[in-house]
Amino acid sequence: MIAELGLAALWLAAALAALQMLAGFLAVRGTGSSELAGLIRPAAIVQGLLVTLSFVALVWLFAITDLSVKLVAANSHSMKPLIFKLSGTWGNHEGSMLLWVMVMGLAGGLIALVERRLPERTMQATLAAQGLVSLGFYAFLLFSSNPFERLPIPAAQGMGLNPLLQDIGLAFHPPTLYLGYVGLSVAFSFAVGALLTRQVTPDFARAMRPWVLGAWVMLTIGITAGSYWAYYELGWGGWWFWDPVENASLMPWLAATALLHSASVLASRDALRTWTIMLGVVAFSMSMVGTFLVRSGILTSVHAFAVDPERGTFILVLLSLFIGGALLLFALRASTISEGERFALASREGALVFNNVMLSAILAIVLLGTLYPLLTEAFDVRVSVGPPYFNPVGAIFAIPMLLVMAVGPLLRWRQDRLERIRKETALFGALTLAGLVLFGLLADIAILPLLGLALGLGLAVASLMPLRRRRLARTPLATWGMVVAHFGIAVALIGMASESAFTSERLAAVDEGGSTTVGPWTIVLENVEPVAGPNWTALQARIAASYDGGTAYTLTPQARNFWAPAQQTTESALATRWNGQLYAVVGDRAPDGRWQLRLWWKPFVPLIWIGGMLVALGGVLALIGRVLTDVRHRRLATRISERRADRDALA
Amino acid sequence: MSWRLWVPLFAFALFIGLAGYQLTQPKDEFVQSGMVGEKLPYFDLPPALEGKPGVASATFEDGKPRLLNIWASWCLPCIAEAPYLEELRREGVDIVGVAIRDRPEDVARFLAQHGDPYSRIGRDDLSEVQLAIGSSGVPETFVIDGKGVIRYQHIGDIRADDVPMLLQKLEDAR
Repeated sequence: MIAELGLAALWLAAALAALQMLAGFLAVRGTGSSELAGLIRPAAIVQGLLVTLSFVALVWLFAITDLSVKLVAANSHSMKPLIFKLSGTWGNHEGSMLLWVMVMGLAGGLIALVERRLPERTMQATLAAQGLVSLGFYAFLLFSSNPFERLPIPAAQGMGLNPLLQDIGLAFHPPTLYLGYVGLSVAFSFAVGALLTRQVTPDFARAMRPWVLGAWVMLTIGITAGSYWAYYELGWGGWWFWDPVENASLMPWLAATALLHSASVLASRDALRTWTIMLGVVAFSMSMVGTFLVRSGILTSVHAFAVDPERGTFILVLLSLFIGGALLLFALRASTISEGERFALASREGALVFNNVMLSAILAIVLLGTLYPLLTEAFDVRVSVGPPYFNPVGAIFAIPMLLVMAVGPLLRWRQDRLERIRKETALFGALTLAGLVLFGLLADIAILPLLGLALGLGLAVASLMPLRRRRLARTPLATWGMVVAHFGIAVALIGMASESAFTSERLAAVDEGGSTTVGPWTIVLENVEPVAGPNWTALQARIAASYDGGTAYTLTPQARNFWAPAQQTTESALATRWNGQLYAVVGDRAPDGRWQLRLWWKPFVPLIWIGGMLVALGGVLALIGRVLTDVRHRRLATRISERRADRDALA
Repeated sequence: MSWRLWVPLFAFALFIGLAGYQLTQPKDEFVQSGMVGEKLPYFDLPPALEGKPGVASATFEDGKPRLLNIWASWCLPCIAEAPYLEELRREGVDIVGVAIRDRPEDVARFLAQHGDPYSRIGRDDLSEVQLAIGSSGVPETFVIDGKGVIRYQHIGDIRADDVPMLLQKLEDAR
C-alpha cells in the first residue's frame, strides 16, 4: 500500500511538472491565459510536496524492510543497523534519483513561494525551465527505474548494501553532493529564464546567488567528506586520486566557484552578463556530465557500484536535450544581451575576471583529462590519466590564481591603483618568498609542494587583510564569509603540500609483540584478535604507537569480513596529533606468522579537510549574510510602500 | 551574431557524439598483455604439488611449443575449462600450469576432482610470474613457442570452440 501511494504521488508530481512547464512556456510566449499563468507557482509548490511524500514513502519501506519491494530486497537486509537501512534508500540508483527529483521539487517550490523580485515573466520562464528539467527526471524514474516496483513473490531476505557504503560518512556524502548538483539546476533554470526573457540584470544575479552559494557549500562539504571517506575507508592512504568520479564532483565545484564570483560582479556592478549566464549553464552541465560519467560506467572507476549502461543512455538523452537546448538558446540570444558596465583591469572586477578565467582553465583541464581516455578508446588505445598530468598542468593555472586571490579582495570596484595596496602586496610577497627559501633550504622537497607551502603561508595571512582597518563587529557577514573561505583555501593548500612533501611510509611484516618505526613514531604490534560487529567479523590488530617516545596511542585497524553481502574491507586506524596523523592498516598474515602492517605518518594532513570545512563555513556565513540582507531590504520595501500608501490616503 | 557564441554548443555536440559512440560500443573488459610477441621473462617457480616438477622459463626453450595455463584451485571458471584442457592434453599438447596464490593440499584436491592435464605445475604465491607475463586474472592461457616467446594470450576459460583454435595457434608456433 505504501509503495503504491508513493508511486501515485510520483505520477501526480510528474503531471504537475508538465503543467508547470507548459503553462510557463505559454505565459512567456504571451499566448496562455492569465488563469493558466496563475497556476504556475501553485503547481511548483504542490509538486514539491508530492514528490517529498513519495520519497518519505520509500524511506518508510526501507525502514520496515518491506521485502516485497524489489528495490528494498535488492539493497537492504533485515539485519542491517537502522541508520544504514535508512541511508540504503539513496545508496542505490533508483532511490538516489528519487532523492534528486525531491530536492529539485522542493527547490522549485521554494522559489515559487518566496522569489518576488524578478519580473513575473522571467519567474514564469524560470519555473518553466525548472519544470522541464524535473519532467525529464520524472520520466527517467517512472519509465526506466521505478523505485516502487513490487516483486511477484516477496523475497525471504534482502541482498544487503555494499559494505564499503555502510559507513556513517557515506550515508551523508551522496545526498550532500546531490543538494549541490540540484542547487545548480536552480541556477540553470534562472539562467534559462533570464535568457528567454532577455532580463540579465543585477536582480537576476541576486535572485540566483543564494542558490549558487547553497549549492557551492553543499558541493564543498560533499567533496571534503568524500575525500576523507576515501582516505580512511579505502585504506590506501591517499586523499585524492583524480578518479573520474572524484573529478565528476570537482568539475561542478570549479564551475560553481567561478559562477559564484561572477554573479557577485553582476549583482554589485552590473557587469559580466553573458559570462554569468554561460557559467550558469556550464555549472549544471558539469553536474549532469558528472552524473552521466558515474552512472553509465563509460569510464572505469573505483565507484563501479553505481554503473548501468542503459541508464547511461537515458541520462545522455536528457543531457543533450537540456544542455544542448540551453547552449543553442545561448548562441541565439547572447548577442542581444549587452555587455554591461565596463571596468579597468586593476580593479576588483579585473581580479575576479582573471580568477574566473583561471578557474575555467582548470575546469577545462580536469574535463579534458577525465574525457581523454574516452577519446583514445575510440581509437582502441587505452590510457589512464592521473596525477602526473593533473597536478602540474592544473598548477600552471592554480598558481597565478592563488597570487591574484591574495591581493584581489583588497582592490576597489571599477578602478583602482595598484600602488594603493603596495604594502599589503609586499607583505604577501615577502611571506611567500620567506616560505620558499625556508622550506627550500630546510628540506629536500619537490617544486610543487614547495610552492604550495609557501603560497599557502602567504595566502593565509593575505586572506585576513581585508579585515584590516575595519570595525570587526560591523563588517558584513558576506565579507566575513569571503575571508573565512579564502583562509580555508590557504589552510587546505598547506595540508595538501605538507602531505605530499613530508609523508613517510612503512610497509613491514611484524610478529605479535614485535615493533617497527615510521617517521618519529615507534610502533608495537601488541596482538591480533578476532572481533565481531552487527553484520561483520574482523581480525583486529592492537597497535601501541608512541610519538618521539611519549605516551602511547592505541590503534585498532581491522580486516573486516561482511557476510551480507560477503565482502572483505580494510578499516584503517588513525591517531591524530596537532601536527599530523598516523595511519595504520593491517594486511594479510605471511606464511611465517608475521602480520603485514602498512603505516603512514602524514604531517599536517588534517588541514586538508579542516580547510575544506572552513571554505564551506565561509559559504554558509556569506549565504546567511545575503539572505538576511534580502529579508531586511524586503521589509524596508514593504514599510516604504505602506508609508506611501498611508500618505496617499491622507492626501 | 558572433561565431564565438556557438563554440560551447559545438564542443558540447562533440562530447555527446563521443559519449554516444562509446555507449554503443561493447565494453571490452579484458586487459591484453603487452608481453605478446616478447620472450618470457626469467623465472623459476617451485612445484605446487609434491611429485610434479615446478616451472622455470628455461622449461620453454627446448624447441617444443606449449600451453602455459594460469589457474587456481579457488577459481570457478577453472573448473569449467578443466575438461577442455584434458581434451587438449589428449591431442598431445604439453600443458604447463602455474597455480596462483594456492595451497598444495587444495591443488591436490582440485586435480583429483577435475583431472590433471599438467606436465608441470609451478607455485606463484604472490602472482609475480602472473604479473610479469601480463596476465590480470585467472584463468588465462598463453601459447608459448619453442624459443620461449609468447605467441598468443587467451583470456578467460577455454570453451569447446576454443580447442581447435588453440591447436591451430600451437601449430602456427611450430
